[in-house]
Amino acid sequence: MIAALLSLALLAKVPAGMVPIPAGAYHPLFAMRNAPTRVAAFAVDRAPVTRGEFLIFVRANPAWRRSAIKPSLAGASYLSDWPSDLDAGNRTSRDQPVRNVSWFAARAYCAARGKRLPTTDEWEYVAAADEKRRDATSDPAFIQRLIAMYTNHRGGFRNVYGVDDLHADGWEWTADFNSAMSAMSAGDSMARGDGAHGGHHDLGCAGAAFGAADPSNYPAFLRSTVRAGLTRQSATSHLGFRCAM
Amino acid sequence: MPVAVHESAHTVKRAAVAAALVSLALLGTATLTSCTRADAAESRGSIPVRTPSDPIEGQEVAVLTDAPNVPPPITRTHATKVIVNLDIIEKTVQIADSVEYNVWTFGGSVPGKFIRVREGDLVEIHLKNAAGNTMPHNIDLHAVTGPGGGAKVSMVLPGSESIFRFTAMNPGLFIYHCATSPVPMHMANGMYGMILVQPKDGLPKVDREYYVMQSEYYTTGKFGEHGLQTLDMEKGIEERPTYVVFNGAVGAIAGAKALQAKVGERVRLFVGDAGPNLTSSFHVIGEIFDNVYGEGGTVATQHNVQTTLIPAGGSTIVEFGVEQPGDLMIVDHSIFRAFNQGALGMIHVTGPDNARIYAGVKGLGVKGE
Ligand SMILES: [Cu+2]
Repeated sequence: MIAALLSLALLAKVPAGMVPIPAGAYHPLFAMRNAPTRVAAFAVDRAPVTRGEFLIFVRANPAWRRSAIKPSLAGASYLSDWPSDLDAGNRTSRDQPVRNVSWFAARAYCAARGKRLPTTDEWEYVAAADEKRRDATSDPAFIQRLIAMYTNHRGGFRNVYGVDDLHADGWEWTADFNSAMSAMSAGDSMARGDGAHGGHHDLGCAGAAFGAADPSNYPAFLRSTVRAGLTRQSATSHLGFRCAM
Repeated sequence: MPVAVHESAHTVKRAAVAAALVSLALLGTATLTSCTRADAAESRGSIPVRTPSDPIEGQEVAVLTDAPNVPPPITRTHATKVIVNLDIIEKTVQIADSVEYNVWTFGGSVPGKFIRVREGDLVEIHLKNAAGNTMPHNIDLHAVTGPGGGAKVSMVLPGSESIFRFTAMNPGLFIYHCATSPVPMHMANGMYGMILVQPKDGLPKVDREYYVMQSEYYTTGKFGEHGLQTLDMEKGIEERPTYVVFNGAVGAIAGAKALQAKVGERVRLFVGDAGPNLTSSFHVIGEIFDNVYGEGGTVATQHNVQTTLIPAGGSTIVEFGVEQPGDLMIVDHSIFRAFNQGALGMIHVTGPDNARIYAGVKGLGVKGE
């Protein structure tokens, strides 16, 4: 009852287009099953940031236009799927999630909106949900469904919190996507068979399954591998973001 | 080394080297393990600790082929730097009639490109992950000496390239595969191929060489179910494949796409088993393997073999003379796999019939009966 009231209170405060997420806990891929990670209440965008929304941002912030971007802030493929600096394509394209955006650009966008990128813990916590359950990850049917979505690039759904398309065709930036990898080499984590929580582990051998709380959670492995391979300048064709606060 | 079947003058030289080594050993002063020459390495019972010592002369770009083709034998007699350009491509292919699957490939097909280098070569792998791809990938070549077999140093994001090099110190036929987490998924989705590290003295001359790779698909739909399929994790974990195929698809080397040979020719098959799970009881119906290089090593370990076992993540080389025209069926003799799951290929042999070798005399299958 109190929780419900708190949710309502939070609901009243979140800006349009955002969804309140109640506090809770989840099981990171590389943590002990009996030691869930606590996640405080926050709010997250219902949908990924679209090209059209990002276009508004680059109009207002010329330094983030494709032709003006500093190489230290984004790789050469930054917004490479746009016809030009201030052309994000036709209306259909503009409604698509923005792609080829670096972590720096995503962070700047969220900051301009008074928001921030979600942490990996926050993102994974919300992404564990299906339409009816907050944590569906122990259901093989849910895992199987995500595998199909990740490989066939189809689908997408609104989860129990009301968040859309976390697993649709693409990956999303998180604030601390690479924090663990910067602190240790892949080889170190492989030798120890562990990895800091936040989804980082060795990506280059079958031993990567050691230390995983749930070795059958292939979607979590895929996300974790993607994150660990990124740099803050990476801008790839299946990588977008949404904001949190 | 293929000493037993070698036809060149090298045999004589090799025998001399072996004799010299034996005399050294008899003197009681030779420590064979400290010797880094490949010839010494092959002498019986030695365990070489290798140090690449061949001078690297020049540079070339490796000829890569799609199955069932094999790059031509390497005729040079020195080590060189070999550039291998492997493009990782994620695409939709047909794995059976009207059955699609989104495969991840080394070079655009399943299995991946066949790489051929020479023992002692300095091999530089240029791994490009196409910009439109969704996944990071890497490569683990079983021909590499070093942690991860290359996987540790070859991870590459879509739109980028990774480069690493290794010395191909051990000759033999090796599997390579993607080793990006989750590895079983990357392998089940088609990320495997083979690299032949040709022994310095080459392989015996044959008339035809082919590349055959056995592997499994685990699909959400049942065998033959039309439409786009996806990896079925549960079937993978339980090792219950939906498809067992040669060269990436049902019928990839059958019918009009059968391997070809003529009576009187000598054929060599480079056969791999990419798994991800099953071992193969590799058999060619109506043929007997004259030589089998067990587990893809460099010694003809056995002759006159009917069925040879190939481990998952392993290989074998088989050689045979072709004596009789007709269709020779390639199967995994775990025979339900051939009949119900697709593990069926074909070698179409043309040429004169020899009734002394094989002839029907009486029965339903005999013409004119
Ligand atoms: Cu891969």
